[in-house]
Amino acid sequence: MNIVVAMKQIPDLQQIRIRQRQPVLDGVPAALGIIDKNALEAAVLLKEEEGGQVIVLSAGNEEVEETVKEALAAGADQAFLVLDDSIENADGSLKAPILAEAIKKIDDVGLILFGEGSGDNYSGQLGSRVAELLGLPQVGYASRIQIQDSQAIITRSLEDGDELVKVTMPVVVSVLGDINEPRIPSVTQILKAGRKPKEVLELDELELDLSGLPQIKTLSNLAPETNRKQVKVGSVEELIQALKTEGVI
Amino acid sequence: MAGVIVYSANPELALELITVARLINDKVVALSINDDQLAQALSQAGAQAIKITHPDLVVADTAAVAAAIKQVLDGVQADVVLLSSDRRGKELAGRLAQVMGAGCLTDVAALEVKEGQIECQRNALGGATIAVQCIEGPQLIAIRPRSYPAAGTAAGSLEEMAVEIKASGVKVLEFKAKVGDKVDIEAAETLVAVGQGLSDEGQLAGVQDLAAKLGGEVACSKPVATDKKWLSEERIIGLSGKKCKPQLALLLGISGQVQFTVGIRDAKVIVAVNTDENAAINYMADYIMQADLHQVVQELKQKL
Repeated sequence: MNIVVAMKQIPDLQQIRIRQRQPVLDGVPAALGIIDKNALEAAVLLKEEEGGQVIVLSAGNEEVEETVKEALAAGADQAFLVLDDSIENADGSLKAPILAEAIKKIDDVGLILFGEGSGDNYSGQLGSRVAELLGLPQVGYASRIQIQDSQAIITRSLEDGDELVKVTMPVVVSVLGDINEPRIPSVTQILKAGRKPKEVLELDELELDLSGLPQIKTLSNLAPETNRKQVKVGSVEELIQALKTEGVI
Repeated sequence: MAGVIVYSANPELALELITVARLINDKVVALSINDDQLAQALSQAGAQAIKITHPDLVVADTAAVAAAIKQVLDGVQADVVLLSSDRRGKELAGRLAQVMGAGCLTDVAALEVKEGQIECQRNALGGATIAVQCIEGPQLIAIRPRSYPAAGTAAGSLEEMAVEIKASGVKVLEFKAKVGDKVDIEAAETLVAVGQGLSDEGQLAGVQDLAAKLGGEVACSKPVATDKKWLSEERIIGLSGKKCKPQLALLLGISGQVQFTVGIRDAKVIVAVNTDENAAINYMADYIMQADLHQVVQELKQKL
């Protein structure tokens, strides 16, 4: 059984600067989504017990070929990439059919893992969309995944409690950011990552009809205005006085 | 204006969705799945409540729930669906959007109808920015919990609708209700939040005393709960934690990464106590104290 891990290339959020409320993305390096790395780690741990291959799946611009090395170093066995500039900033309704079509080309898939949300948009809809397109069951917000024969036993962590579910594979699962601690690859693993197998498709090779999809229109995208007072206080007495004046204590 | 359908398995959030739906259309269809109590509550909040019934339909089976809601949509003139952006709602959102052929926005904190267009506000770029977006085509919008008040009492109606579904192979073995920390930091008027500047777990007692003295709750940045495990995850402020709007936020030893600040930037008054005079948090604080937080905690306890 193989495990597919869907990972998204995003701008390295730590390096985004704000200038006049506008995010500055020029020169910001690409990275893989933070929670996507938890999904990868979950896949690698399961593979270590159950065997099979871990295949990282990513769709984006041509930089993805470089960005994905991080996942290959951290335990993925191979990469399956769909590249096109138009995918990079596309929303879920466009990306889902691309990922679903790619997954159909991978043999013997038992688990398809996503992070609970991408690092940048945190929208959390792609896994659910892909599950629908593939006609597969899904379990979101997993804090634990075990495999028993052809079934997966998954703990879905909700706001008010934990739901233990049993589901027939193949299944699409999204994992929580605290399901595990992703491993940090060694130098040797990083060096070997470039030699791991990669299957790279151009978007038009998938022969998908992507016309007529709903569109998300972004009207503005600005850093929130911060009208904070930024008053320096030198002592606790001064602070208490200020907070009393504000009427908050 | 567009017909609107709302659904949340959580009764409180469902009532909030009715409030949001009325911004779009006065006539609101609200769904319940095999849940009499919820259906009653929805109709008493003035909605046209529809109780979807099927003996084998459980909310844990996202595929089946999406299929069931689609059957209602086919019979009702609606092109906007509102869900709650709690975990169940978000998991359903993508699936239902795909079934509907809809565009989908989740974690929407505010919604405004302008010239017939529904403009949604949500965090983007990890919380560094707030995007205003709208969907062209059928729309599925998931609203962040507690962004709107619950709908009040009004006259509505209630009907039942049987659906056909195919179970997708998800079986619930057990549900364990959360025990232990049931704190609701989103409801607190005052928050005392600690970050990685807190030297050790033993210092928490003083922080708790201070929070109690202020009539507030203790909260934290993510690493304090997930890496150090000094506090429960219920107390995390930030992008993957809670979004809070207290009157007073006292932030102790917090550097101010955007993944944190996105959860506290709506506070009325923010105080940052930090040893680093260049900490990012200082730029979004009303009062900045460059000092050792442990000492400040002790002094505040004595002098308040």
